[in-house]
Amino acid sequence: MQDNPITSLKSAAYRIRRYALQMGAVQGQGYIGQALGMADILAVAYRHALNYRAADPKWEGRDRFLLSHGHYAIALYAALLEAGIVPEAELDSYGSDDSRLPMSGMATYTPGMEMSGGSLGQGLIIAVGMALGLRQKNNKAFVYNSMSDGELDEGSTWEAALSASHFGLGNIINLIDINNQQADGPSGKMLGFEPLADKWTAFGWFVQRVDGNDLPAVLQAFDAARKHPDPQPRAILFDTLMGKGVPFLERREKNHFISVDAAEWEQAIHFLDNDYFGDSANEQR
Amino acid sequence: MSSANAGKPRLKTSAMIASIASEGQRTVSAPFGHALVELASRRADIVGMTADLGKYTDLHIFAQAFPERFFQMGMAEQLLMGAAGGMAKEGFVPFATTYAVFASRRAYDFIHQVIAEENLNVKIACALPGLTTGYGPSHTATEDIAIFRGVPNLTIVDPCDALDIQQAVPAIAAHQGPVYMRLLRGRVPLVLDEYDYTFELGKAKLLRDGRDVLVISSGILTMRALEVADALQADSIDVAVLHCPTIKPLDQETIIREASRGGRLVVVAENHSAIGGLGEAVAGTLLRAGVAPSFRQIALPDAFLDAGALPTLHDRYGISADAIAESLKSWL
Repeated sequence: MQDNPITSLKSAAYRIRRYALQMGAVQGQGYIGQALGMADILAVAYRHALNYRAADPKWEGRDRFLLSHGHYAIALYAALLEAGIVPEAELDSYGSDDSRLPMSGMATYTPGMEMSGGSLGQGLIIAVGMALGLRQKNNKAFVYNSMSDGELDEGSTWEAALSASHFGLGNIINLIDINNQQADGPSGKMLGFEPLADKWTAFGWFVQRVDGNDLPAVLQAFDAARKHPDPQPRAILFDTLMGKGVPFLERREKNHFISVDAAEWEQAIHFLDNDYFGDSANEQR
Repeated sequence: MSSANAGKPRLKTSAMIASIASEGQRTVSAPFGHALVELASRRADIVGMTADLGKYTDLHIFAQAFPERFFQMGMAEQLLMGAAGGMAKEGFVPFATTYAVFASRRAYDFIHQVIAEENLNVKIACALPGLTTGYGPSHTATEDIAIFRGVPNLTIVDPCDALDIQQAVPAIAAHQGPVYMRLLRGRVPLVLDEYDYTFELGKAKLLRDGRDVLVISSGILTMRALEVADALQADSIDVAVLHCPTIKPLDQETIIREASRGGRLVVVAENHSAIGGLGEAVAGTLLRAGVAPSFRQIALPDAFLDAGALPTLHDRYGISADAIAESLKSWL
């Protein structure tokens, strides 16, 4: 990372948001609120924290990144585009027939997608198996699991939480996106999960809770999770804002699946560009 | 209690891990555990995982031999299957063990999505298949095959005896992709060594020929069918037994060929519900091929089965040797 790491992470987050909006525009729909909300976390993951080789997504030494919440695929595709793992030429195929970028993430379709998600509450459990396997092979890679707050409802999440701690799996970093939205309403009201940090701590995890849209805080949390000296699994709880970066989407009545009118996609991209480049954005581009 | 049992001594409920061997039958102790140890001594990628049922699936034999390759996952079947998938992603070949009821009913989505969808190399070996415990519906896996037959990529194996298990273990490990194997544990009967038989994944084998009845069977019902075939010789009834240990993919060619051979009654016998198991798989195969022999099923009823002693229950539900012999005679 040269110069100011935050500046370059900011531009990565901008590009991830822009890719996501472009893909949303292709389909006219998508879990765009989540993608915008998680862009800063993914920018730090793919531009700072993760060890990978873009040209060799199966490289044995890579850090594994599991997208447990398969419906966030649009967000991860944007990050994989930013990382150079998915070529930009494929962006327009998002969610279309025969595309490698289906609406819900599948390992069998997409380079860099480590699991077939979508049946929620499975990622952390897979992470336990992979982390045990890596340890068995004496491979020092990390397993990152990305999950939503809705997945805290699933019992399997807590089976995995117990297990990772039981086995002392310090090679697991669990990223929980707390945007407080799930299909039927605010996550906390569907099945209350607070005090969440206390729960993970009680399960034996090293826990941090930060604003997931505050890049310096996200960066610091990733670094602290990676460098934590004790043999215990690590959780980072990220409070994020759905639609972050596009003011009219941030303000939109908060739904799990934000509806965006046809004309609004361009408008959203325009907002994003203006915010990033300033008013001269259009001339610059 | 059915009146058929009147006057008989009332047997005690079988222990959950009761041996299915009949008195005086030759048995082998823990064939699965020993076969896995043998395999693991040749293959470093084999690991064993269980959900608090190592002892009751004979995986403890492996755990003792290879403690560093054994993973106790606790009483968490979703975790067991999902983590086995994770292990397979890292290049290992996990043998994951629990009871058939828990794998099929409790961990189904993890087998479906984590393991089968990505065609991961996980071997799921599950004890107490069908009616092999007297504990009642909580432990009686009457519909595990019905549940798993619809899962793409998943191979399903229902071995008959100790020899079948010994030979199936390396065979399913050599197969690339997920396998569900019904497991007999503890003192397991040895029967097939008396026949010219070797286990081949995906193959049905004719163990004995006969003019009157063709029994197509899997699992312990093959053992019963062989017993019945011997017994019915006294009544001049000639019974052929086609053992079909691989339920999926089914050896359709052999089944169609044998069922097409002249005028025999075709009976499918399985330690499973009449719904969705080998019987319906064979029926569909024959009907699609335009082969329509007289057809009967020996299978467990579509019901929550009683608790009790295994011999009583096998009689009651028509899968004891006596009950099978009676059924065959009544159908001829």
